[in-house]
Amino acid sequence: MYAIVRKRELAPHTNLFEFSAKEITVKTKPGQFVILRIDEDGERVPLTIAGANVEKGTITVVCHEVGKSTKQLGRLKEGDFVQDLLGPLGKPAEIRKFGTVLCVGGGVMVAPLHFQAEAFHEAGNTVIGVIGARTESHLIYEDEMRKVCNELHVATDDGSRGYKRMDFLKGLLKAKKVDRAIVMGPVVTMKTVSEFTRPYGIPTVVNLIPIMVDGMGMCGACRVTVGDRMMFACVDGPDFDGHQVDFEELMARLKMFTPQEKLAFVFQEEGGRSQ
Amino acid sequence: MSKPKPKIKKEAVPMPKQDPKERGHNFNEVARGYTEEQAVAEAERCLQCVKAACVNGCPVEVDIPAFIQLVREHKFDEAIRKVKEKNSLPAICGRVCPQEEQCQANCTMGKVGDPVSIGRLERFLADWERERGYEIPQKTASTGKRVAIVGAGPAGLTAAAELIKFGHEVVVFEALHKPGGVLIYGIPEFRLPKKIVEAEAEYIEKLGTTIKMDAMIGRLRTIEELLEKFDAVFIGTGAGLPLFMRIPGENLCGIYSANEFLIRVNLMKAYAFPKSDTPIYVGKKVAVIGGGNVAMDSARCALRLGAEEVKIIYRRSKQEMPARAEEIENAEEEGIVFEFLTNPRRFVGNERGWVKAMECIRMRLGEPDASGRRRPIPIEGSEFTIDVDTVIIAIGRTPNPIIQQTTEGLQVTKWGTIVTDENAETSIEGVYAGGDIVTGEATVISAMGAGKKGARAIHKYLMKSE
Ligand SMILES: Cc1cc2nc3c(=O)[nH]c(=O)nc-3n(C[C@H](O)[C@H](O)[C@H](O)COP(=O)(O)OP(=O)(O)OC[C@H]3O[C@@H](n4cnc5c(N)ncnc54)[C@H](O)[C@@H]3O)c2cc1C
Ligand SMILES: Cc1cc2nc3c(=O)[nH]c(=O)nc-3n(C[C@H](O)[C@H](O)[C@H](O)COP(=O)(O)OP(=O)(O)OC[C@H]3O[C@@H](n4cnc5c(N)ncnc54)[C@H](O)[C@@H]3O)c2cc1C
Ligand code: FES
Repeated sequence: MYAIVRKRELAPHTNLFEFSAKEITVKTKPGQFVILRIDEDGERVPLTIAGANVEKGTITVVCHEVGKSTKQLGRLKEGDFVQDLLGPLGKPAEIRKFGTVLCVGGGVMVAPLHFQAEAFHEAGNTVIGVIGARTESHLIYEDEMRKVCNELHVATDDGSRGYKRMDFLKGLLKAKKVDRAIVMGPVVTMKTVSEFTRPYGIPTVVNLIPIMVDGMGMCGACRVTVGDRMMFACVDGPDFDGHQVDFEELMARLKMFTPQEKLAFVFQEEGGRSQ
Repeated sequence: MSKPKPKIKKEAVPMPKQDPKERGHNFNEVARGYTEEQAVAEAERCLQCVKAACVNGCPVEVDIPAFIQLVREHKFDEAIRKVKEKNSLPAICGRVCPQEEQCQANCTMGKVGDPVSIGRLERFLADWERERGYEIPQKTASTGKRVAIVGAGPAGLTAAAELIKFGHEVVVFEALHKPGGVLIYGIPEFRLPKKIVEAEAEYIEKLGTTIKMDAMIGRLRTIEELLEKFDAVFIGTGAGLPLFMRIPGENLCGIYSANEFLIRVNLMKAYAFPKSDTPIYVGKKVAVIGGGNVAMDSARCALRLGAEEVKIIYRRSKQEMPARAEEIENAEEEGIVFEFLTNPRRFVGNERGWVKAMECIRMRLGEPDASGRRRPIPIEGSEFTIDVDTVIIAIGRTPNPIIQQTTEGLQVTKWGTIVTDENAETSIEGVYAGGDIVTGEATVISAMGAGKKGARAIHKYLMKSE
């Protein structure tokens, strides 16, 4: 059992959780994730680690409510427990001095992106940050990002704050020499930004979050095509070369259980579990 | 043996089973197990050979004639104690061992009729004991030595039980949220009820072992770090990495590895969805590729989850199938269709990225290959297509790689298995390994045998350094 020691609402349906998990904090590096299970009947929910505090013995994740399990997690309070917390999983991000690093994040993934941006900053890179969200009220981690970025750009899908969508990046990439790009967020964002960087030959790392089950290489649910190779995102990734990922396939595979997920959600909202 | 015996029956006492029509719709155990009368009747068939060949066929050398004699005498408590001298997980072995290739293959009765059903008797005794509550043996005096075990599959759990009996302190680290390895995440409820695996794991905890869940060694702690806190380490991480066919269309939706399918169904209880949270999708026409236990289990799960037609596609013929004979028979009874000498070539998807058909080719058998089985050769021009909406790929699994990737100085083969010497020791002093991680996919009983051997070697090592 792992206790929630802090919970903050960052945006609508988006919560930050700090879990007490001393052992995990010691080993955590930016880019890795945990898998949690809320209770005995719970599914395995992967969440990217957005920070680790070794002194406090806590790890931070930020979770956006999209369905049954993430909504259930959203209802938990400080002092509540989750049954299982497994991690750190996945290969750590490659953090060293590259020169100028462009860190692009969308939606909830801006939080774990910050963990990486901070590390790139500490490694002596010039960090250009780009954070996006559907609309202004969904923007998270803006102040935190500002602290670790040499410059920060904001974009929203509806234009309610900053740039409208990510198209401005085309101009930015034309004007600046970027040595490496990191993209975390919705598949479309990863795909679009990878297309923008391709003509400049900028090594672009995308953080893939396909559907996972075990998260330890035993099921292949998370398989993705990178170049002409089949990779398991949970053990071979989650970071991959954005210029080689088959994003169309990833998008189709993410929808594999949509009808069932809707059923689980309705079942929960009608109190199926409590009976 | 003074009084003259009645003539020995050639036929084994049949195993009572759930009706095939009924069981195709539920996850309850198929084989119901012998009653006391049936067990004694079956035990009566044992010839009590002086040179008991059956024992040679048993990887852990259970004293088979002795325990069967005790069953005959209705001394079930003594009989189970006899079994447990050599085998700490009898309820499991009785259910899943390939007895027809091991003990029962050597049974003298097998030359004139059915071999004695040794596995069924073992299962009977283990169930008999579990219903009455376990006897926990006295704890051995502590040696003050500590051993870490990585992986709570049959290899790791057996090693734990042995090491505790020697008086060492034992901590098992398991990455999943439940102990048992394949027994809990792979083999389905209807063949091996989870409460039995849970009870066996509990027994090992009651012996004094600590089992730590959610602990993935390699990531949470390395083997090197374990050696700072423990005097020895045993690695039993198994072979769980699924192999794929590497043919076009394999990443279409609706195509699972058998491990994904079985983990969802068994470990995550997807059959109880939506009461449990993990979903599974099974269409009307299911094709399972492969011919081993994993393929049988996947096919039979798919049937129980509502598939209308389940086909097993196997590239060799029935004789070469590696699955347990009993499970092939069960699958046939349940209406699973077998397509032998057939191999898929590619998968065809619909506009939404879901599999809708599978192109196959017929095979013929050529000369025997390295495994001794005849090599399947495609018959060009024999291609044909079958409609499918779910495909389960059960063509094999390779070793779990995390430990090998994260342990410097650990010698590994090109297949990813860990290299050990005849004492189960790896290239790192004090680090031992056994089970599927060393042999590649094998059996429950061979993993247990390896756990036992590793434990003995560790004991020797620890007491030598005293
Ligand atoms: C490595 C990894 C890291 C992740 N990190 C984060 C994170 O830091 N914060 C966060 O909020 N979410 C993260 N996710 C996504 C999160 O795990 C899923 O949103 C969650 O499992 C959905 O569960 P649910 O029952 O609430 O929704 P469901 O009812 O299962 O699904 C609802 C919708 O979410 C989509 N979905 C399901 N599983 C995933 C998935 N694995 N990834 C993306 N979408 C999915 C489905 O397509 C569906 O439309 C991560 C996923 C992975 C694989
Ligand atoms: C579906 C299926 C059906 C089968 N049916 C039969 C049968 O009928 N009869 C038979 O004899 N055999 C059968 N087998 C084979 C048998 O189950 C295996 O040979 C046996 O389980 C191997 O035991 P093991 O202890 O070596 O490994 P496993 O049972 O694989 O256990 C390994 C454990 O280690 C854990 N682990 C892995 N990596 C780490 C890590 N880094 N840190 C911590 N823990 C880790 C895993 O989660 C797992 O729990 C079947 C296998 C499958 C998949
Ligand atoms: S989630 Fe199972 S292999 Fe990656």
